[in-house]
Amino acid sequence: MTEPIDTRIEEVRTELLSEVALGVGETPPDEVGDLDAREGISRTSRSPLQLAWRRYWRHRGAAVSTVILAIMLLVVLATPLTARYGVTEAVRPSQNQFLPPQDVAWFGTNQLGRDVYSLLLVGVRTSLFIGVASAILSTVIGTAVGSFAGLRGGAFDNVMMRVTDLFLAFPFLVAIVIARQLLGGLSFLDPIIGERTSIRFIIVLFAIFGWMIVARLVRGQVLALKEREFVEASRAAGASDLRIVVAHLLPNSIGPVIVALTLSVIAAVVGESTLSFFGFGPQPGAGSISLGQLVQGAGAAARQGNWWLVVFPCGALVLLAVCINFIGDGLRDAFDPKMDGGH
Amino acid sequence: MVDPVLSLRDLRVTFNTPNGDVLAVRGIDLDVHPGEAVGIVGESGSGKTVTFLATMGLLPKRAAITGSARVMGTEVVRASRKALNKVRGQQISMIFQDPLSALNPVHRVGDQIVEMLDAHQSLTRRAAERRAVNLLDVVGIPQPDQRARQYPHEFSGGMRQRAMIAIAIANDPKVLIADEPTTALDVTVQAQILDVLQRIRAEMGTAIVMITHDLGVVARIADRVAVMYAGRVVEMADVHSLYAQPTHPYTDGLLQSIPRIGLDRLVPIPGSPPNMLQPPPGCAFAPRCRFAEPVCRQALPELIPFRDSQTACVRIGEIELGVPV
Repeated sequence: MTEPIDTRIEEVRTELLSEVALGVGETPPDEVGDLDAREGISRTSRSPLQLAWRRYWRHRGAAVSTVILAIMLLVVLATPLTARYGVTEAVRPSQNQFLPPQDVAWFGTNQLGRDVYSLLLVGVRTSLFIGVASAILSTVIGTAVGSFAGLRGGAFDNVMMRVTDLFLAFPFLVAIVIARQLLGGLSFLDPIIGERTSIRFIIVLFAIFGWMIVARLVRGQVLALKEREFVEASRAAGASDLRIVVAHLLPNSIGPVIVALTLSVIAAVVGESTLSFFGFGPQPGAGSISLGQLVQGAGAAARQGNWWLVVFPCGALVLLAVCINFIGDGLRDAFDPKMDGGH
Repeated sequence: MVDPVLSLRDLRVTFNTPNGDVLAVRGIDLDVHPGEAVGIVGESGSGKTVTFLATMGLLPKRAAITGSARVMGTEVVRASRKALNKVRGQQISMIFQDPLSALNPVHRVGDQIVEMLDAHQSLTRRAAERRAVNLLDVVGIPQPDQRARQYPHEFSGGMRQRAMIAIAIANDPKVLIADEPTTALDVTVQAQILDVLQRIRAEMGTAIVMITHDLGVVARIADRVAVMYAGRVVEMADVHSLYAQPTHPYTDGLLQSIPRIGLDRLVPIPGSPPNMLQPPPGCAFAPRCRFAEPVCRQALPELIPFRDSQTACVRIGEIELGVPV
C-alpha cells in the first residue's frame, strides 16, 4: 500500500521540478521587457482572422461538424449525380407504396412510391438554400440598422431600437403566419417577393422577422468600438465617418456577426420545417421539395408504422441543426478567445 | 516673430452633466511656435487633455467649447467636420496614452499608415506603401518592410507607440500633440520614445505639445512648460527657470513632491483638487496653499510676468518659494 503512494509522490515531485526548470529557463516572450531587443527576428505574420481560423479547428465539435456538413453539402449540391431517382419518379412503377429501406431505395419509399433518399437530398438542398439566403438577407438588414443606430446615437438610435423591440415582441411563428396572410394578399408585391407559397416569399418573411438579433448585436459592437482609442485616433487623423465605419467598425465586429449569421441559418431551416409541418410552408414547384414537406409527411407515416419516413427526414434535420450549432459554437470561441465557455 | 502654429485664446470647455456644468477648462491662452516643444503639466482632472481634445475636435457633443483655437491660422473651434478633417492629421495630429488600443487590431500596421496617407494625399498605392515603410524606419523600427506587414498584436508596447507616432507624422503635421505617450511604457522604452520625438522635432521641424504629469519627461523634452491647475494655466516658464525657480506655490509643491534619492520623506501637497462643478472663487489653489491670504480668494488671478516666468499668483514677490516646508 505504501509503495504506490511513494511512487506517486515521486512523480509529482519530478513534475514540479520540471515545471520549475521550465519557468526559469524560458521567459514568456511577452515578458522579455521590450521586444525591441528581439526585433529583426523573422517570423511568419498572422492576422487576427488567421489566428481565429487556427483556434476554430482546435474546437473538436466544430471541426467534426464542419467535415460532416461539408460532405452533406457536396452530396446535396451534386444531386444530379448523387440522387438515384427524380423527385416525381416512382421507384417501382407498379407496386410502389411504402417500401422499407432496401437495395433499390436505401431510405425506403413514401406513400407515392418515391425514393426517400433522393427526396431528402433535394429537400436538404432547398432548405439550406432558404436558410442561407434568409440568414444573409437578415444579417445585411440587421447590420445596416444596428450600425446606423449605434453610430448616429440619440433619437435616431432610440427609434430604431424601439422598432427592433417591437419586432422582437411578436412570437416568431404567429408573426410569420399573419404576415404571410397579409403580404401574400397584396398582389402588387408578387413580382418582388413572389407568391405566398414560393421559396422567395419564405426567405423574405424570415428576413423581415430575423434581423433584430443581429441589429442589437451590431449596435452594441458599434457603441463599444466607437469609444475605442483607435477610432478616436482615426478621427484625430481626419478620417471621415464612412472610412471609420468601413475600416474600423465593421471589420472589428465581424466575429459576432458571423456567429449570428451561422445560427440564423439553422433557425431558418428549422423555421421552414415548422411552418411546413403546420401547412404554412413553401411549396417548391414540380421537381423540387423542401425538408419541411418531408417532415410534414412524417406525422402521418408514424401512425402507420413506416418508421423510415420519420427517422430519415427528422434525422437529417437534427444532424443539420447539431452541426451548424457546433460550428457556431466553434466560431464564437475562435473569435472571442477570452470568453472560453469552460471548454 | 513667425506666426504660431497653434494658438489658443481664452479656450473654455464646459461639460453639461446631470449634476450641473463641469468647468473643465476655464480660459487657456497658449501659443506654440514652429518646432517648439511645449510641456503641459498638471494632475488628473486639471484639464490638460480636455484642452487639446477640444483643439482636435474630439470632444463629445455635450461639451460646450468657447474661445478660439487656431491651427496654422485656421479656426477649429466650432468648425465643420469637413473643415476639421482637413486640419486633423495634416497640420495637427495626436498620439495617445495607450498604444495598444490606439491601433486597429484587424489591420496590418503598414496598412494603417497607408490609410492615413490616403486620407490626405493622393499617392499611388506603391508610393504610399514605400512611404509607410520609410516612416517605420524613421521612428526606429528595425526591418520596417517586414514589420509593416505585421499586425499590432505582433508588436511590443514600445513598437506600437513608435507605430502610432509613424501614423501621426505620416502627413508631416506642423504640430504633434502627445497625450502622455510614455505613461503606459516602462522606463527604458519611455526614454526611447522621447528620443524618437526629439528626433522628429529636429529633423522635420514638428512642434510638439507634450501632455504629461511626469515632470521628468517634461524636463527631458520641453523648451517651455505650462503648469495647469483646475482648468487654468497657473505658471508658464521656460523649462530651466521653472525647475530652478518656481514662481507659483503649486509648481513649488509639485517639485517638492518629486521623490529623490536621499530624501527621507516626500512632501505632498495637502488636500485635493477642487470640485469643478463649483470651482472656488479666486485662485483655485488657495484652499491648499500654505501662503493663501484672503486676497487670494477674491478674484481669479491672471498670468503676470515675474522674473523669467509668467505666474498666476497675486502674492508673488511677497512669498518665498523653493524652501522645504
